[in-house]
Amino acid sequence: MEVQQFSYDNQIVKKFIYATLFWGIIGMLVGLLLALMFLFPNITDGISWLSFGRLRPLHTNAVIFAFVGNAIFAGVYYSTQRLLKARMFSDFLSKLNFWGWQAIIVSAAITLPLGYTTSKEYAELEWPIDIAIAVIWVAFGWNLIGTMIKRRQRHLYVAIWFYLATFVTVAVLHIFNSLELPISALKSYSVYAGVQDALVQWWYGHNAVAFFLTTPFLGLMYYFVPKAANRLTIYCTPLYRIGHKI
Amino acid sequence: MSVIYVLLTISIVVAVVFFAAFIFSVKSGQYDDSYTPSVRILFEDELVIQKDKKTLPNNKNELPISKRKQS
Repeated sequence: MEVQQFSYDNQIVKKFIYATLFWGIIGMLVGLLLALMFLFPNITDGISWLSFGRLRPLHTNAVIFAFVGNAIFAGVYYSTQRLLKARMFSDFLSKLNFWGWQAIIVSAAITLPLGYTTSKEYAELEWPIDIAIAVIWVAFGWNLIGTMIKRRQRHLYVAIWFYLATFVTVAVLHIFNSLELPISALKSYSVYAGVQDALVQWWYGHNAVAFFLTTPFLGLMYYFVPKAANRLTIYCTPLYRIGHKI
Repeated sequence: MSVIYVLLTISIVVAVVFFAAFIFSVKSGQYDDSYTPSVRILFEDELVIQKDKKTLPNNKNELPISKRKQS
């Protein structure tokens, strides 16, 4: 046995939390504007980039991938380090994950109102941004798996399995749904045609809800709920059931 | 609809890899103790830093931790 000294990277967690708050407010304000447009359909008439059809994907992308996405990263970066008793594998990958993800969100916030879209729901972003998402997501997974490999805790806590499932599945869903043939810098066509495209799109859409909005938060609950209650709630069956209903 | 064979193949490959990883981790003895790990997460191992400027590290968000390495 040797005594080792190391420190957790709390800076990156803080950054992700601020980003979560920031994009949460922006995404929900856009949602509020869209809701108002049901009452006053003409309030943005004459401004094409404020039309309902362009703002709606901006709202869903901002809330799902910016607000929830940053919340996932904040929770995962906080709990992974503590559960594995190790600092994140690479500070560079952590920073790349953070700034890359914010850059993707900003590029989405610019291209969607300008009308650049693949028209696939929840996967509207055009091909250069799709590639960026894949790269940044793999950087996140690399960081997570690297931390697992250098862990000081032999036992892998259940939350880590959920994070791993999130990484693998979202990567597979995103890559296979976003296979497309670029015809110009910001226009591409899906490699699937007709009903094939619809099938792949909703294989993605349905599973993205499961593996982006559910699995990571189940993992986070397995860590944060017992921590908040300071006791072993994970043996409590009702919580397990609630978790699966959420 | 033929694309469903691609989707099924992808899903089954991912499921089999996870199942293999799970079997491997159980066989390695990681889960022999089904009680201690659930308690262990409740203990914080971060040092409480006193508000003495000399002992504060440069970055107050990075708390030093002492841990014994498990072999």
